[in-house]
Order: sequence, then C-alpha cells, then structure tokens
Amino acid sequence: MSRDLRARLIDAAVATIVGHADELTALDRAIGDGDHGLNMRRGFEAIAAARETIAAAPLGEALHQAGMTLVMKVGGASGPLYGSLLMAMGKALAAEPSTAAEVVRALAEGVEAVKRRGKSTAGEKTMLDVLVPVLGALDGEAGGVLDRARAASERGLAATRDIKATKGRASFLGERSVGHLDPGARSSDLLVHAVCDVIEARS
Amino acid sequence: MKDCVSIVIVSHSPDVARGAADMVREMVGDEIRVAHCGGNPAGGLGTDVTAIQAAIRAVYGPKGVAVLVDLGGAETNSEMAIELLPADMRSNVVICNAPIVEGAVMAAAEAVGGAPLATVRATAEEFQS
Repeated sequence: MSRDLRARLIDAAVATIVGHADELTALDRAIGDGDHGLNMRRGFEAIAAARETIAAAPLGEALHQAGMTLVMKVGGASGPLYGSLLMAMGKALAAEPSTAAEVVRALAEGVEAVKRRGKSTAGEKTMLDVLVPVLGALDGEAGGVLDRARAASERGLAATRDIKATKGRASFLGERSVGHLDPGARSSDLLVHAVCDVIEARS
Repeated sequence: MKDCVSIVIVSHSPDVARGAADMVREMVGDEIRVAHCGGNPAGGLGTDVTAIQAAIRAVYGPKGVAVLVDLGGAETNSEMAIELLPADMRSNVVICNAPIVEGAVMAAAEAVGGAPLATVRATAEEFQS
C-alpha cells in the first residue's frame, strides 16, 4: 500500500469522525454519557496531527501507531476498543499484504481483539454489530465487495435500534436503551464507509 | 512504610478519585501507598491510559497493586494501561470488580495487614452481591 493511500485513509477517517462528532455525541447522550463524539474527535484529531509520521510507516506499523494514538488520547472506552482493533490489525499486517484476503484476515484479528477488550460479541448493541457483519460481507467474490460491506454496515447499525443494551453505559438503561441507535455502531459505520469510499476511488 | 499491596483509584471524575483516596487515607493512614487519577486527557470527565499508568508506577511495589475503577471506560482504560506495562509488573497489578469507594476502603484495610494481592482483591470483591 502506498504512502499516499495511507494518507488518504487517514484523511477520510478523520474527516468523517470530525464531521459527525455532534451526531455521535447526540446518540451517546440518549443512551450513554454523551461524550462519544468529543472523545472520538479528540482521538482522530490526534491521528491527524501525526498524519505524516503515520502515513510514512509501513501499513502494519501505521495501524499500530494510529491505534496507540487512540488508546492514549480518547479518554473513554472507545479508545482501547478502536485502539485494540487497529493494533491487532497492525500486528497481523506486520508484513506488507499482497492480497486482499490478508487484509480481511487482519480485520478478523482486529474484530476478535475488540471482542476480548469489550468482553462482548455481536448482538449486544455495540460497535461489533457493525464490524462483525462487515467482516462477514468481505468473504466471497471480489466483485461488489465494497457495496456488500457498506450494506452490511448499514443493516448492522440499523439493527442496533431494537437491541436492549447489556454492555457499556447504555446497559444501565436496560429496556430504555431500545429505540436508539448505538453510538459506537454509528462511529464504526462511518469508518467503514470512509474506508470503502477511499478504496473505491482508487480502483 | 511497610511492604503492602498498594491501591490505585481510577474514576471518570478527578474529584471522585481524590475523595475516594482521601477516605482510604482516613481509614488506614499513610501506612500504604495510594494513588488516584481521574479525568480524560483533555481535562474533562473520563479516564486517561497515560495517567493510569503513571498512578500505578507511582505506588508500585513488590506486593503489587489493586486497582479500583468506577464505570466501564475506567475499567477498559485500566485494562489497557495494565497490558502496556512491562511484563514483570503486569502480572502484579489487578483490577478489583468492586464498587470504587467501598472496594478501595476494604482493599486498603486488608492490604494494611500485609495480605497478598489475591486476598486484597477477594476482600474488595466481597462487596459484590
């Protein structure tokens, strides 16, 4: 992967998180503590500040650096969760990938790291309700894979509305968490779209 | 100072963290090392992996450290902070699944008697129903 593509991925991720920070905070205010947008913006602005260094590193190292930046700067649970996702992907991509399948395997490692960090699994109104179906959609033939991933992300996000939260702050609300989208699932959905859009524009 | 398990208190709120640490010191005096931290890297409510690591290192001793946390992010960030410690320290730092104030006071009361880390943790966690 070229330095330019890594830089564009960083820019797209930062832009979508910063651009939707208020929406993420509003979603979190409904069922959490209302800081998801602020926290994610702080973390991704720190990534933006380190853009040149991160983009200059090989993909595995770049993912590790971006993940560590989120761990250190976010200040909420989403820091270690997204940080673990990226750091586990980075570890799996220590050697530059030569096939898409290697990247998908790395994402699978990342999703497992999120499960371990959050002691959670899909179906519990979390970011995993987007990440797990997206990972599933990447299986199979290459044609239309980006559209499948985006569609899986949107379906996963929409499905969080009807789930009763049992993880994180939203679990305190129990039944009252039903009827609200999960803010972590929304931030994951935003990032999935950002990455898909950059890869699509390249090809 | 005796060789005792140390206590670290991690809250989303700097005031809660400081208050809980004050209560521990009120109970057990200065016989054990207690550190506290609260607030996100920007100074708002939240927790900060770097600050948690600093708190653990500030009171770390051979008998280990019991960490008390309040809400989800404090636990997740504390787990992350512990994982990023050197291996020899990592195995000697535990998070107690207990209410932050009661757990800290119970852990400290046990620690001051010289109990090992596993006992300190178990005593704190007895508060869980």
